[in-house]
Amino acid sequence: MTETLRIEKSVEDGVLHLLRHLLESQKVGAVFALKRLSENKAGNAMEYSLITNVDALDDSSALFPIMPRNAGGLLAQLTQKGEVPDPVAIFVRPCELRALVELAKRNRANLKNLFIISSTCGGVFPTKMMINGELKKNISGYWDALKKNKIPKNIKSTCKGCEEFIPYNSDMTVMVLGRNDNQMECHISLNSTKAQDFAEGTEGKITDQKSPSDVFEKIRKIHTEEKQRQYKEIGVGSLDMDELVKVFGKCISCHGCRTVCPICYCELCSFGIQNSRYNLSEKELKRKGAIRIPPETTLYHMTRLLHVSISCVGCGSCEDICPADIPLSTLFKKVGGDVQDAFHYLPGKDIDEEIPLKTFELDEYAEVED
Amino acid sequence: MSEQTDFEPKILAFLCNWCSYAGADLAGVSRLQMPSNIRNIRVMCSGRIKPLFLVKAWLGGADGILMAGCHPGDCHYTTGNFKARRKFTLTKKVFESLGLDSNRIRLSWISASEGPRYQQVMTEFTENMKKAGENPTKSEIFL
Repeated sequence: MTETLRIEKSVEDGVLHLLRHLLESQKVGAVFALKRLSENKAGNAMEYSLITNVDALDDSSALFPIMPRNAGGLLAQLTQKGEVPDPVAIFVRPCELRALVELAKRNRANLKNLFIISSTCGGVFPTKMMINGELKKNISGYWDALKKNKIPKNIKSTCKGCEEFIPYNSDMTVMVLGRNDNQMECHISLNSTKAQDFAEGTEGKITDQKSPSDVFEKIRKIHTEEKQRQYKEIGVGSLDMDELVKVFGKCISCHGCRTVCPICYCELCSFGIQNSRYNLSEKELKRKGAIRIPPETTLYHMTRLLHVSISCVGCGSCEDICPADIPLSTLFKKVGGDVQDAFHYLPGKDIDEEIPLKTFELDEYAEVED
Repeated sequence: MSEQTDFEPKILAFLCNWCSYAGADLAGVSRLQMPSNIRNIRVMCSGRIKPLFLVKAWLGGADGILMAGCHPGDCHYTTGNFKARRKFTLTKKVFESLGLDSNRIRLSWISASEGPRYQQVMTEFTENMKKAGENPTKSEIFL
């Protein structure tokens, strides 16, 4: 049983009401949420914004199913040099929150003074759809599908196969999944004493509610099946050299995935800036008879896999940005999942848990030694 | 994959300064017979060996890559080899997870007094790599 705030508004309006209340009562100094940039023929453009004025909240839509950038990475940029001076209410998705926690573990973000609101997440649409206007046609189907506990059509492939749609470490969780009354009622579970304090003075009533864990299990099962189907489609797990090259050979070395990945935070990357010199060896060129330019795309992706897999939250930003349509999110999810299983680690779950590569035990992994 | 019997694999070995490199030295001084397929690289500690080293060597066409250090508990820097073991596990897992041949990378503990062990590891690894055949990355253009 968790204390739940029940507001008699649609879930989107309820969240807006809550955010407005937090700002008006000066419990927080600012709100970090999605805000509409413009609406034109091409569609809706939503971007993350830091909002301090109550009026500016009007065209914000925290639950809008889009993720322009992983907010975990954005908030790390905001808090890297130190905590925010005023409390800020942030509205983030579960994977964004996990990325933020991973970054906080690495001293790349500061969670102090952040009031974290998250939601059970139904997934987001690819960012491209927001820009080309496709999103408008799909948005109504999105909420209908969630009502029926189905996977909405045309959302990101990583969201279709996401098993971690319930947030960890959030102060408030907006219940979106497993409800069919989202049009009428907004349920927000209060997970901390701070949340209970902040919820006072809203229109809503505080009640005790059981979380619909059986429904969550059902949804998780559908998502797991979809995930396995995606793995099979790409053949990850049984890639031989030829197939590996087919997958990564398409890469045009734009390094966009590195830029948008919240976990890829090195200031000095092994792969340098975009126009870095080619590490061509004449001997290699002679031996092979030909070499692809730019070289080392496979090395680049394998390095990223090695660096990121342990903390990969599977947000799919990399695939979203990729101009060559490499199935990055599926690859990273598979490899990340296997690596995380081997180390019994779920990124972003527990803020006090050490990153596996920073710690060790005296007696372990004897099977890898020879 | 070449099935030819005269294929000589190239093996890259990262050896830690304090144990494995001294072990290799001992093997040499003791005039133990070993295959000549090994190229040794000395690093100060097995904990220095980034997973990136292994992958770069693999993509560069090394047929086998060995990572060697002090036995667990004997590290000159106390804990370097424990961290090395975790990094190696990560690398191995990534290889396996993609479906690549993870037998081309190997982790062995060789102490300074274990000349014969160095000989045995190298002979065994070379034999295995001979059987495994040429590393397919060698002729791959679109890497």
